[in-house]
Amino acid sequence: MNFLLSDDQLALLTSIEDLLRDRCDSLRVHKIFDVEGEAQYDSELWAALADMGLPAIFVPEEQGGLGLGMVDLAIVAELLGAYAAPVPWLGHALAIVAIALGGSDAQKAKWLPRLAAGEILATVAFGEGKGAWLPGEWQLSAAGGLIGTKLLVPNAAEADLIVVGVAEGLALVEKGAAYSTQRIDSGDRTRPVDTVVFDGAEIELLTDGLAVRDRLIDAAAVLIAADAFGGAERCVTMSVDYARVREQYGQPVAGFQGLRYQLVEMALATEPARGLYWYAAHAWDALPEKAAHAAAQAKAHLTDTYLQVTRDTVEAHGGIGFTWEHDTHIYMKRAMLDWAWLGSPGRHRLRAADLAGW
Amino acid sequence: MELGFGAEYDAFRQEVRDFIGQHWPPADGNLKSRENERAFVIAATERGYLHRAIPKRFGGSEQAADIGKAEIIREELTKARAPAGRIPGNGLVVPTLLEWGTEDQKDRFIAPTLRGDIVWAQGFSEPNAGSDLASLRTKAELVGDKWIINGQKIWTTHAHKATHMFCLVRTEPDAPKHAGISYLLIDIRQPGVTVRPLVQMTRQKEFNEVFFDNAETPADMLVGERGRGWNVTRSTLKHERSGISSMTWSLSMFRDLVKMAKEVERDGAPAIKDPRIREELAAIEGQLMSLTYSTYRATSHDMHDRDIGPFQTMPKLYMTELAGRISRLARDIIEDDFTDMGGARLKWIERFMISLSMSIAGGTSNIQRNIIAERGLGLPRDRSQGAGA
Ligand SMILES: Cc1cc2nc3c(=O)[nH]c(=O)nc-3n(C[C@H](O)[C@H](O)[C@H](O)COP(=O)(O)OP(=O)(O)OC[C@H]3O[C@@H](n4cnc5c(N)ncnc54)[C@H](O)[C@@H]3O)c2cc1C
Repeated sequence: MNFLLSDDQLALLTSIEDLLRDRCDSLRVHKIFDVEGEAQYDSELWAALADMGLPAIFVPEEQGGLGLGMVDLAIVAELLGAYAAPVPWLGHALAIVAIALGGSDAQKAKWLPRLAAGEILATVAFGEGKGAWLPGEWQLSAAGGLIGTKLLVPNAAEADLIVVGVAEGLALVEKGAAYSTQRIDSGDRTRPVDTVVFDGAEIELLTDGLAVRDRLIDAAAVLIAADAFGGAERCVTMSVDYARVREQYGQPVAGFQGLRYQLVEMALATEPARGLYWYAAHAWDALPEKAAHAAAQAKAHLTDTYLQVTRDTVEAHGGIGFTWEHDTHIYMKRAMLDWAWLGSPGRHRLRAADLAGW
Repeated sequence: MELGFGAEYDAFRQEVRDFIGQHWPPADGNLKSRENERAFVIAATERGYLHRAIPKRFGGSEQAADIGKAEIIREELTKARAPAGRIPGNGLVVPTLLEWGTEDQKDRFIAPTLRGDIVWAQGFSEPNAGSDLASLRTKAELVGDKWIINGQKIWTTHAHKATHMFCLVRTEPDAPKHAGISYLLIDIRQPGVTVRPLVQMTRQKEFNEVFFDNAETPADMLVGERGRGWNVTRSTLKHERSGISSMTWSLSMFRDLVKMAKEVERDGAPAIKDPRIREELAAIEGQLMSLTYSTYRATSHDMHDRDIGPFQTMPKLYMTELAGRISRLARDIIEDDFTDMGGARLKWIERFMISLSMSIAGGTSNIQRNIIAERGLGLPRDRSQGAGA
């Protein structure tokens, strides 16, 4: 049995983590987060990550990419989650998965090399409101110009290309087509989201879009779960570290059993969940019959856990934890978006139950 | 990343399967017969499948440590419901003797223990020394070539079926708490020992009180050094690998729960179709998958000598909480039958109670929390505790 990261994967992790430690510390995240007005992303950090080949991970080698898989994407998602990195990675990575799986040779050749290099930015548009996130629930239609609204689209305003989920499959919409974006204040300013209103936008369908859209949704679920794990684990560490140094009654608060047990419950909810998101990523790569169920379980369990852990983290930090100036709320707001984006844990549990054949 | 074991291990698995296929179920079909079980265990040990960590001369099969093979054997035996050669009484005593025992102690006790001729009880807890085990007071005095033991143990599982006890006793009354304790082996079928059953809340009689009234054991029944019994038990406990057994146990309980949720009707439909039940079942499954794959992760890390971090301190508490959650959902599914101790759902009513014993036996859940806090998360020691836990 070899349920481990490979040496290459460990090396990838180390180099990204070195970069994030340098370029994405708390101060830097706050700098992006605290700017009044519309949330943006950290373009310098994004460029540095692109230089390291982050967008190229899932791009096939023929299109100038690294030709790696979902486990590799997921461990990146975990790290970006741990550092609350304000970069437009999620939508971009998923758009690449969509095109790599569902595009014709011409579509791949046209888009993937530029996406891999980070020259242009892409994203994905799934949600239509009232919990409608999944392919069977998409109402928008490609017939005769795209009309309608997609919600919570990551970085739509900055994107050059949007992969839109439609009744017919997956549609490519280029910047300049007939659509408008409206940034909404989602709380999570590390990952801005927009409402996108399509007003007869010209589209091109991905050739195999209908066949791969469920797999794309599973990929999204896995990456959200991985982000949630990274964030939750970071919150546990942050709380443990704080409890060791914060003194009250003449001793570190880590000595008080009530708080110790809260910290233990946080760790107990988080640490064993790593295996679940690893499994979901591995299943996506290698165990096709298990992949959808595992993805649904991972999305439900990890995002539920993350949100609760961030609440506990604020509490463990006392008053400082409830301030804008501390990092706690940045993670909590990421956790809120992870919880809601792609559908709530409850919905994914019912989906998992259906997939289990109960 | 690979969840299987690879080609070499696949071949090994086939070998194990073939072996089991030839030897189990037994020819006469009687799965429960002690003779059949014994014959199977002997054959499987000779073949190198059971008691792998134990040298041949003590009755084991003396194989090189291989977590992968051990896991495959365990899986295949479980699948076939074949005897896994569990050592009667508490299995901790054999690894303890292997590590700390004299050659004479190993010769005298290990092989008969594996055969089931000697059955052990674990004499640690006392009425006033449970979580704070090091405050125990049962004392042993060396008089000539014998230890004379006086005092009381409690909650001793299977003492009524046991022939011997491995026991923590105070031998140095003047030494500090942890330093005055020794580890003794005692024959408990002697006039100085009284075993009195205690009835558990499930009505079963599994644990006991054990009284020592000038009971005796030879001087050479001391394991490890005099006054160092605390170290002896601590280093034995670290051999315990609770992850895999937690996982198997929880998985089979969950499968049972799903089966029951399909059978039981609520409002004219199977309970499993009720969205509230469905969602909770899926939530439990998510936790179970977390435990399962993190256990695989831990096993893989072990096999490759990599450290897995805080997870290793967590399986017992995680499983205890999971078992509680499973029992509560079972309660919600069986509804009115929950009060019928004579009915078809007795097994689940018992499990509802037994899940609580898991939160007490082998270190209470709060003691597990202390362990996770200190060894898992590196928090400073709780000041109210000594060097215990
Ligand atoms: C089914 C079963 C089988 C058993 N079999 C055996 C056996 O074979 N051999 C044997 O020696 N023992 C056995 N035990 C005993 C078991 O190990 C003890 O019951 C257990 O260690 C708890 O000790 P206690 O009962 O004295 O509870 P106490 O230690 O009195 O605990 C009472 C409560 O206080 C809490 N508490 C105590 N200290 C702390 C602390 N530092 N921090 C936070 N909370 C604390 C506990 O968590 C618990 O909730 C068995 C028990 C059960 C239920």
